[in-house]
Amino acid sequence: MLMKVEDMNKVLYIDLTKKDIRTEERADLFDAYLGGTGVAIKLLVEECPQGIDPLSASNPIIFAVGPLTGLYPLASKTVAMFKSPLTGNLGESHCGGRSAIAIKFAGYGAIVIKGASDIPLYLAIAGDEVKFRDASSIWSMEAVTVGRVLREVEPGAGVRTIIRTGTAGGKMVRYACAVTETYRHFGRLGLGAVMGSKKLKALVISADKSVEVPKTKRKEYKRVYDEIQDVVVKSDAMAKYHDLGTPGKIYSMNKLGGMAYKNLESARAPEKVARELSGENIAEKYLSRRISCAHCPVGCVHLASLRELYAPGYYFKTSTMPYDNETIYSLGFMLGMERAEDYLRLNDTVDTVGMDAISTGVTLAWATEAYAKGLITKEHTDGLELKWGDVKVYSAAIKKIVEMPNEFYQSLAKGVEYASSVYGGQDYALAFGGNEMPEYHTGLACYLNNLTGARHSHLDSAGYDLDQKLIGTDFSIEEVASALLKEEEWRQIPSSLVVCFFARKVFTPETVLKALGAIGLEGWTEDKLNDIGRDIHRAKMDFKFREGYDLTKLRIPKRIFEVPTPNGLLKEEDLRRAIEVYGKMIGR
Amino acid sequence: MAKKLAALDVNNCIGCMECMFACSRRVGRIGLDKSAIRVRSAGGIERGFVIVVCRACENPPCAKVCPTEALKERKEGGGVVLDETKCIGCGFCVQSCIVGAMFWDDERDKPIVCKYCGECAKYCVHDAIGLVEA
Repeated sequence: MLMKVEDMNKVLYIDLTKKDIRTEERADLFDAYLGGTGVAIKLLVEECPQGIDPLSASNPIIFAVGPLTGLYPLASKTVAMFKSPLTGNLGESHCGGRSAIAIKFAGYGAIVIKGASDIPLYLAIAGDEVKFRDASSIWSMEAVTVGRVLREVEPGAGVRTIIRTGTAGGKMVRYACAVTETYRHFGRLGLGAVMGSKKLKALVISADKSVEVPKTKRKEYKRVYDEIQDVVVKSDAMAKYHDLGTPGKIYSMNKLGGMAYKNLESARAPEKVARELSGENIAEKYLSRRISCAHCPVGCVHLASLRELYAPGYYFKTSTMPYDNETIYSLGFMLGMERAEDYLRLNDTVDTVGMDAISTGVTLAWATEAYAKGLITKEHTDGLELKWGDVKVYSAAIKKIVEMPNEFYQSLAKGVEYASSVYGGQDYALAFGGNEMPEYHTGLACYLNNLTGARHSHLDSAGYDLDQKLIGTDFSIEEVASALLKEEEWRQIPSSLVVCFFARKVFTPETVLKALGAIGLEGWTEDKLNDIGRDIHRAKMDFKFREGYDLTKLRIPKRIFEVPTPNGLLKEEDLRRAIEVYGKMIGR
Repeated sequence: MAKKLAALDVNNCIGCMECMFACSRRVGRIGLDKSAIRVRSAGGIERGFVIVVCRACENPPCAKVCPTEALKERKEGGGVVLDETKCIGCGFCVQSCIVGAMFWDDERDKPIVCKYCGECAKYCVHDAIGLVEA
């Protein structure tokens, strides 16, 4: 069906309590803030009352795509926004797969889901038609099985996405994720738990429309499209992410000494471990297929297949699981895995229950150290002897986090910030702003990023990248804070368009302006983009502060000051001062 | 020599759908619903993809069942050409194509027929599809 460029401003509002829907043209938001994260934060502020319990019906879930979604290569991501049940403030998570394409060509710029159902539901959105369907029979299913069932039962008009939760979502593990297309995730900050609290098991979104390029613009559009495609195909990123995928830099990060290993007992795993868990080794031994998100020729998604003896008598099973840089860090390095196949098994377990792999790994790493130090005992762990590298015990622990047989596992299900506040060991509880840390132990910039980034994610401002550039140079705290802020402000633009961060070097301000112009979105300038980047970032920070985020009360685990980074030992007073400087820069 | 489109090596396909977008662009549409080529998973992405393209059959079944001769066999190289003015939208052609390569345009109520132009293949970075001698 036909759709115009300007039709992309439609917001679908779904009320799960009343089982009712409405749509509204929100050109006011899309014209001013493009789409994606820019529109999502405005909708979040409109829809999320101050101070609510993130697991209550009042917490909205917002999915947003942007003006470039589906229209150019690598504009392939959906932004999800909600109040995070993990950090208690901004929840923002990005995911590709077919989600963005399906939402866009179903005819929506954003979908807002409010309220909570009394019975388990899934939503079947086929273009303009929205159905509330009973999900009782799939409520306690694993994410992969839900996908299988819904693929069969829902007619697939055109292209569709199936966004669903696993068992962890239903149990409201606070870092439960949402899964799309089996192998992609809205991973961080607990979207799965919020879906669980709403009794929403899944969304099936089918596309049935396409956008008409105005006749006067067709040549220009194709020219700009081809330019972007050409840059993507010839870029280093293309080869890098296609060949080894995101794990391509694992080995070198470890060699640099910036890789958190065994709960940051050190920042470098032994050479043998690093080789075993390297992207090269996993690719050579287990890589079985490379796939891509819809409308992206890169194909960074790497799937591994593991054939193993299932039961005596030649019963083998072959499992396929995605693997990525961050999950190799959190489930491999952090948990002291010595064999790649053990990491893959654990990754499969985490994927099966549907939890964020980073939060899971970091939480279990803290628990392992706390167990070794006697803060927690077998009584707490329900009989499990937590030990580095023990894949069986960790798999069992992951299942217990979901089942929550006792208070200890109930605490682990709330994340390491909470668990360590109950059981101690905060000096080595590696969460920042309430979110478990990403892999990097590279210096001041990565930790300032972790502490002040709107999502407490390394993707907020890429502090790890800046740290590596600063090695061996003289730099001031002001320079670091200012560079991170500038980076985070600009990153709101790719997140609003929405293009994948792997394409951030392709979508320069000049290219963004050309791309917008070629689909008839005129009037943008580089200054205007910079201005809204800053506005969007501040709006996100305002939401965080409104919900209790406080720069002066940030807990910093002592461990990070005890282990040298590639930039030397980090000093607490420097990091505290950097936070202060950053705060002043954003008027806090 | 006449050309036809072919799946060169389905194992190279990563499911990016750039071919489908390219095919839709020919008619000024950005999306997937005007495409004469389809890529879908082979029942779970881990099994890879299925690329559905017109096989440019000799003596094509779709032309044989067309009651108005809107679909006619191409002069050389197999396959068909569509004369839209003759098409009454009966959909017999879709039913006759057992590989499912005859798609339907709901807006115009006409089949979407591959023209073997190769535009889709230009965007296949991984050489999964290409034009070959018919």
